[in-house]
Amino acid sequence: MRRRNIWLWSAAAIAYAFLYIPLIIVVVYSFNDSKLNAEWVGFTLSWYVALFNNQEMLTAARNSLIIAVCASFCATILGTMAGLAMNRYKLKFLPVLVFAPVAMPEILLGVALLLFFLQVLNLTLGMISIIIAHTTFCIGFVAIIVRARLQGMDESIFEAARDLGASPWLTFRLITLPLIMPAVVAGALMSFTLSIDDFVITFFTKGVGEPVLPIQIYTMIKVAVTPEVNAVSTLLMLLTLTMIIIATKLDSGVLRREKK
Amino acid sequence: MIRNGAKEDRVTKWLVSGPPLAFLLVFFVTPSLIMLFTSLRFPGEFGGLAPITLPTEATQGEHGLTLETYELFFSDILYAEVFLKSFIVASTSTLICLIMAYPLALLIARSEKRFRNLMVLLVVLPFASNFLIRIYAWMIILGPESVFSHFINGFLSAFGVAPVTLLFSPFAVIVGMVYVHLPFMVLPLYTNLEKHDPALLDAAQDLGANAWQRFWHVTWPLSLPGVFSGSVLVFIPVLGMFAVPDILGGTGDILIGNLIKDQFLGTRDWPFGSTLSIMLMLAVLAITALATWLARPASITKE
Repeated sequence: MRRRNIWLWSAAAIAYAFLYIPLIIVVVYSFNDSKLNAEWVGFTLSWYVALFNNQEMLTAARNSLIIAVCASFCATILGTMAGLAMNRYKLKFLPVLVFAPVAMPEILLGVALLLFFLQVLNLTLGMISIIIAHTTFCIGFVAIIVRARLQGMDESIFEAARDLGASPWLTFRLITLPLIMPAVVAGALMSFTLSIDDFVITFFTKGVGEPVLPIQIYTMIKVAVTPEVNAVSTLLMLLTLTMIIIATKLDSGVLRREKK
Repeated sequence: MIRNGAKEDRVTKWLVSGPPLAFLLVFFVTPSLIMLFTSLRFPGEFGGLAPITLPTEATQGEHGLTLETYELFFSDILYAEVFLKSFIVASTSTLICLIMAYPLALLIARSEKRFRNLMVLLVVLPFASNFLIRIYAWMIILGPESVFSHFINGFLSAFGVAPVTLLFSPFAVIVGMVYVHLPFMVLPLYTNLEKHDPALLDAAQDLGANAWQRFWHVTWPLSLPGVFSGSVLVFIPVLGMFAVPDILGGTGDILIGNLIKDQFLGTRDWPFGSTLSIMLMLAVLAITALATWLARPASITKE
């Protein structure tokens, strides 16, 4: 039994190392005073300075933040509705429509939306098309999280509220929403991260106008790799890390209030 | 009174499910149908921004609907080769993910309860960093001047083997695919393994089964639903992935995704790009159906 544990531990340690070493390398090289990601030369912050003087990158970051906030806002509302509906009613189409964009390869959604925006809506591709595209695939994630939380709950709480004469809206506001709040917050944060992170669908729906973060990073990687990429990466990692910490803090806060 | 309640309930049902349903009908179902429709049309004469003829002209000659792109797809062996290669890359990546993820998931599932969430979080955390950055990290590691490349080539030259280029190779593509999708395999496996009753293993041990037999005859068969769902979650995104081969692969490492991307942003042949997308969609549906079918008997024996 012991020997088996050692086996498992070493296999798991390799997997964890595999997951973390690449990211550590990216962070370390962002402070390296050399244009090549090869040898350690010396400590510098010049790549960060270069980054903050890169106007296009700053615009791209601002655009991506706006997109992520709008997309996660829409996806959270629609996804929560979908999660509630799928838990409460036996629906045939909604679950398929909610899960399909999540389950299929991203490129298919990207291509389909590109054709749709250009042919049917005659829309100039840009921020709006990206927000719509991101909302489409984020709805599924929010719905899955919200439904998972609802599934573990006792239906009788909601029935009790209705029996006491609460309207559906009042039941939702006073009973359901506070109970599912952690899932809603988690869903919103997840949508935000997915939107900031998304490359494939953004790539197809971006158009030529406004620069956005993933595309800027892609261009830098493809055209001219400098440790500036490492600097952006490090800052983005910090951002997501902060979001996760906030999420856990918020989540436990909501949980505590619920127990009162 | 009851009737009134039922009516109110129906109204609520539509109020709650209506908006997401409407949104997805407009922005998911319609685009998919448009894609199917586009695959049946002729490419425009000018490669520019409007490569498809207007529907008003859709009556005569080259302006109607056609199966030409499908004929092209099935007549040229090149496309079958790309599909086959994509399947091979996806299978290999899935298998490596499974081999790496299984011990990790097993360890987490058998750890003390208070450590489990942290260990799962540690698997998901790298996943929260940007997708392109995770691929880019491997550009650094596998680059010709990297410590890792020097190490591998030093090792190879000790055996008299010529130095190899790690970056821009099928090897780099597989590594990138595995790295990007590993958490998708760990999570369903862990969710499954965590539910196993430890009493089953004790019983097997009491009956004289050794560690390997306990694994092979108890844990593994019970974990098959987790294996299948994890495999689908890795296989499908890998099959359609274009960013990893685009960044880590060489010119010959083109997969379905790259082919599709080129039709839309390179040659601008939208009908053929749509056809390729439809074929990819069919492949995905077939795999999902197969996995569901494979997972079924296992989940019945579990009950």
